[in-house]
Amino acid sequence: MRLFLHEVKTEQLLFWRNRESAFFTFFLPVIFFLVFGSIYGNSTITKEHLRAAPFLEAGMIGYGVASTAFAGLAITMVIRRESGVLKRIRATPLPPATYLLAVLLSTFIVFLVETALIITIGRTLFSVAVPDRPFSLLVALVIGSVAFAAMGLGLTSVVRSAEGSSAVVNFVYLPMAIISGTFFTPKEYPSFLRAIADVLPLTYFTKLTRNVMVRHEHIWSQGSSLAAVLLWGAIGLVAAIRGFRWQPREG
Amino acid sequence: MNAVTVRDLRKRYGDHEALRGIDFTIEAGEVFGLLGPNGAGKTTTVEILEGYRRPDGGSVEVLGIDPQRSGPAWRERIGVMLQSSSLYPALTVRESVRVFAGYYTAPRDPDEVIGIVGLAEKADARVRTLSGGQQRRLDLGLALVGDPELIFLDEPTTGFDPGARRTAWDTIRELRALGKTILLTTHYLDEAEQLADRVAVLRDGVIVREGSPSELTGGIVETEISYRRGDEEIVERTTDPTRRLHELTAEALARDEELTGLEVRRPTLEDVYLELTGE
Repeated sequence: MRLFLHEVKTEQLLFWRNRESAFFTFFLPVIFFLVFGSIYGNSTITKEHLRAAPFLEAGMIGYGVASTAFAGLAITMVIRRESGVLKRIRATPLPPATYLLAVLLSTFIVFLVETALIITIGRTLFSVAVPDRPFSLLVALVIGSVAFAAMGLGLTSVVRSAEGSSAVVNFVYLPMAIISGTFFTPKEYPSFLRAIADVLPLTYFTKLTRNVMVRHEHIWSQGSSLAAVLLWGAIGLVAAIRGFRWQPREG
Repeated sequence: MNAVTVRDLRKRYGDHEALRGIDFTIEAGEVFGLLGPNGAGKTTTVEILEGYRRPDGGSVEVLGIDPQRSGPAWRERIGVMLQSSSLYPALTVRESVRVFAGYYTAPRDPDEVIGIVGLAEKADARVRTLSGGQQRRLDLGLALVGDPELIFLDEPTTGFDPGARRTAWDTIRELRALGKTILLTTHYLDEAEQLADRVAVLRDGVIVREGSPSELTGGIVETEISYRRGDEEIVERTTDPTRRLHELTAEALARDEELTGLEVRRPTLEDVYLELTGE
C-alpha cells in the first residue's frame, strides 16, 4: 500500500510536470469545449429540443477519456518503454501489478479533475446544470477510464518507437473522437460513418455520459452501452496482456 | 559464499548462439569484471543474471535464487545500472533519486547518494539539462539508492571524460570497501585492471580466460625489451626478462656502451585482451 501511494504520487508529479502531455491530454478537451461551446452552444438539437451546450459538455467528457486514459496513457507508456524506464522499474522491488494499478489510478485522477473542470466551465460560461446523477456519472467515468486505459495499454504493443507514438496514437484517436460524435450528434452523419461509429467504443461511452448527464438516466438502465464499453475494454485487456512489453525493442 | 554462480549458461537468438556454455562464480564482496568486445555476450549474461532474459540452458543462481523465480525481496538486494540511460527527463536529480528510494524498504539517504555520484551541485537541475556523463552518474545513483548487496554495472563509464571516469572508479572502490559485490562489464581494459578483483574475458559467447588481472598478464605474453644500438631499434621478446636484461646490461657495460632508449614493458591486460580476442 505504501508502494502504491508512493507510485500514485510519482505519477501525478510526472504528469503535471510534463507540459506537453498535460496540454494535449488534459487541456485540449477543455479548450475544444470552450471553442465549440462558444460557436454553437446555444443552438438547439431539433429532435429532442435540447440545447447543444449540455450535449457538447457530455461529449467533451467522452473526448476527455479518449485523450487522457487512451491516447495520453499509450504515448506515455511507449516513451517509458523505449527509454528503458519500464525496464529499470522492473528491477526494483515495486511489483508490476502495483505499478500498473498506480498508473491507472493516476490516470483516473487526471480524468476526474478534467471532468470537474469541464462541468464547472459548463455551469459558469454556458449555463449547463450540474449533473443530477453524480453516482451514475462516477460509475460511468470509472468504467470508461479503466476500459480506455486497457485499450491504450493494448495499443502500445503495436507502436514500435517513441518517436512514432504520437503519430500512431493520434491517427487512431482523433478520427475516433470525431466519428464517435463527441463534438456533434452522430445521428446526422452519412450512413457509412454511422456504421463505423456503431462499432467504436467511444460512441457507447459518449452515449453513457449523455444519457446520464443530459437525459437524467440511471447508469443501470444503460446495459447495452455499458456492455459495449466493457467488451472493448476486455479486448484491450487481452491485447495488453499478450502484447505489453517492459523492455525497449531490441535495437 | 558465492553471490553469483553460473553453470554451463547458454542462450541463442535464432541461429546465433550468443552464449555457448559459460561458467563462472562471483564471491560476495568481490568486484568481478566481464570483459569483451561488442557482441561477445556481456550484456546477455548480465541481463540473464538480472532476470530480464531467460537462459536456454545451464543454471544461474544470484544471491541463492534463480532470477527467473525471484520476487520483490530479491530485488531489494540488487542494484541495476543498464547499458543505456533510463531516466525521467522532466524530474530533477533529487526528485529522481527520491522516487527510486521510495521503492525500497531501507534505502540510503537520497542526498547522500547524490553526493556519492558527484551531482550535489546539480541536485535541483532537471534531468534533461544534464550532460550524458551526468545522466550516467544519476543512473549509477539510482542503482545504489536501495543499498543493494549486489550491483550490476553494464558499461558504467562509457562516454565519460577521464576526470569523470576516475570519480566513478573512486565511487566503485568505495562500494567495494563497503562490502558490496559488483559485476562490472566494460570494454575498457584499464577500467577492469583498476577495479576488478577478477576478470573473465568473453569472446563469441565463450569465456576464453579468467583470473585476477595480474594472473592474466603474468606468463602469457612475453615481456618486451627495447633499446637502440647505433641507428637500429631493437625489440626483443622474452619469457625470462630478468636474466635477459642482466645479460644485455652486462654486455653493454663490458663494451662501455650506453643502451639508449632502454625500455622494459610488462604485458598489460590490453595485450592479453588483444591476443585473446584476436583483434
